Amino acid sequence: MTTAETERGTFGLALLLTFGLVALAFAIAVATAIGDYSIGLGTVFLAVTNGLGLTGAEISPIEQSVVWNLRLSRALVAALAGAGLSICGAILQALLRNALAEPFVLGVSAGASTGAVSVIVLGVGAGGLSLSLGAFAGAFSAFALVALLSNGATSGPNHTILAGVAASQLFNALTSYIVTTSGNAQQARDVMFWLLGSFGGVRWPDFQLLLVVVVVSLAICIWMARALDAFTFGDEDAAALGIPVARIRLVMFAVTAVLTATIVSMVGAIGFVGLVVPHAARYVIGPLHLRLLPACAVVGAVFMVSADIASRVIVAQQTVPIGVVTALVGVPFFAIILYRARPQP
Amino acid sequence: MIVVAENLFWGVKRKTIVSDVSLSVARGETLGLIGPNGSGKSSLLRLLAGLRRPDSGRVAIHGQDIAQISRRALSQQIAFVQQNAATDTNVSVLDVVRLGRTPHRSALSGWSPEDQTAVALALERVDMSDRLAQAWQTLSGGERQRVHIARALAQSPKIMFLDEPTNHLDIHHQIEILRLVRDLDLTSVVALHDLNLAAMFCDRIVVLDEGRVFASGTPEDVLTEPLLREVFRVEAGVSSSPYHNRPHIHFMAG
Repeated sequence: MTTAETERGTFGLALLLTFGLVALAFAIAVATAIGDYSIGLGTVFLAVTNGLGLTGAEISPIEQSVVWNLRLSRALVAALAGAGLSICGAILQALLRNALAEPFVLGVSAGASTGAVSVIVLGVGAGGLSLSLGAFAGAFSAFALVALLSNGATSGPNHTILAGVAASQLFNALTSYIVTTSGNAQQARDVMFWLLGSFGGVRWPDFQLLLVVVVVSLAICIWMARALDAFTFGDEDAAALGIPVARIRLVMFAVTAVLTATIVSMVGAIGFVGLVVPHAARYVIGPLHLRLLPACAVVGAVFMVSADIASRVIVAQQTVPIGVVTALVGVPFFAIILYRARPQP
Repeated sequence: MIVVAENLFWGVKRKTIVSDVSLSVARGETLGLIGPNGSGKSSLLRLLAGLRRPDSGRVAIHGQDIAQISRRALSQQIAFVQQNAATDTNVSVLDVVRLGRTPHRSALSGWSPEDQTAVALALERVDMSDRLAQAWQTLSGGERQRVHIARALAQSPKIMFLDEPTNHLDIHHQIEILRLVRDLDLTSVVALHDLNLAAMFCDRIVVLDEGRVFASGTPEDVLTEPLLREVFRVEAGVSSSPYHNRPHIHFMAG
């Protein structure tokens, strides 16, 4: 009986991962082929194998460069960002025991925007400090504030969520203050565009950094997956099951903070992915984290690459901010969660 | 003695909640903790289970100070059942009972035959073997409590602590749960509100009042009219039940 149950779950995960990875490869291929300058899938394939040094096929250097240097790195970063945000969402939903938790609940995106605005508008660092570094520093300041307000995240889920709300409000206020008092119209537009998220500027070094961060984070989280399951009935129950609650909490919050801050500093605060994907994955694969986390990574990656494709084709000759696309899909889903979670009469 | 507590003190800020409590529990015994609201039953139970650290004093299990034992090693010997632990996650009965194996499994270890046996036995013990796939949210209060006890049993503990496990249950389910606990082949310490049920199902009773042990002993020794008046502030007559020979308390409407 129970062994059969386990096997079915594992089989389900294998099926989802296989299907997901095929879908991901397809989505990345499409994302690489389409754009203002459309390139055939055959050429895309050759350009990729050329780039990897496997072949030396004769294709135009422009096509080679567009595929390899611009679109492929962009698609891969999108995939990693989607995976990372989804993992963070799943972990925070488990630790905070709140279905509406998402990666930005600890104030990370608000902090990142303050950091970014300080660089764009105030010129903090005088050009020596990149936008990404500013955003990362801001994100971490916000997280530090939340950790401080919630006594190192030991005060229980609701306390931590309230600390996150306070930090978000503070940093959003700082951002607005800076933009309204110091910014000009163009800067305000830049800031807004950055906040809504864009994969426009990413290149290979971004991919390499993000790959390391996502892989390490996922490994740590999978290592702690059983501990996350033990939080099903709350902190005290987890402790009674032998989980060192305070340590797991702090490590997991720190991992999600690093992961979210890295992603936000690279591509902006892309909302809803981290909320929606864990719920969808849980619906398909069940609540156990050893299966849920890999499922979230793959589903999140496919979702984000697809959203990036959509953001480039919805309006001709123009890229819609990625956050707008994810929210357009995310909000209806959010509504469904709210509807299903309503108190039963 | 399998559990020995010596001079436990615990408090929040300046308020002392558990004050100089010493007690011991014998192997296989069912010990009842009773006392009015706020007398420190729940807090004492958590100190005994190692979920809270006493401000002073110590708790030993099998003669070993629990402050020296890792959380995980402790959970291989001790199980704790909260009152009404709830979740919004969509878990099945089997998922919940399997959680009980957490202290016995390392991070990535597979599901072993021992895990399998422990879970199957635990489910059988609470008579939920045929409800494995049922969703947690669809269970009644009594069924949830039984699943929690099954999860605790799956931990293969030597000692089980239960914090008012019969709260919010109807009388049939209260008796069912307590009979189950009494008949378990292990040592259990259970905080209870209902004095007659405590008299029926506990081998020994510890009465707490304002964080102190007011009395301890067999139900016959402890549940006396003067004690009920002093600790619980009720007028009552106590007689030996003609049905089960345990003390039975008749409360006076006044």
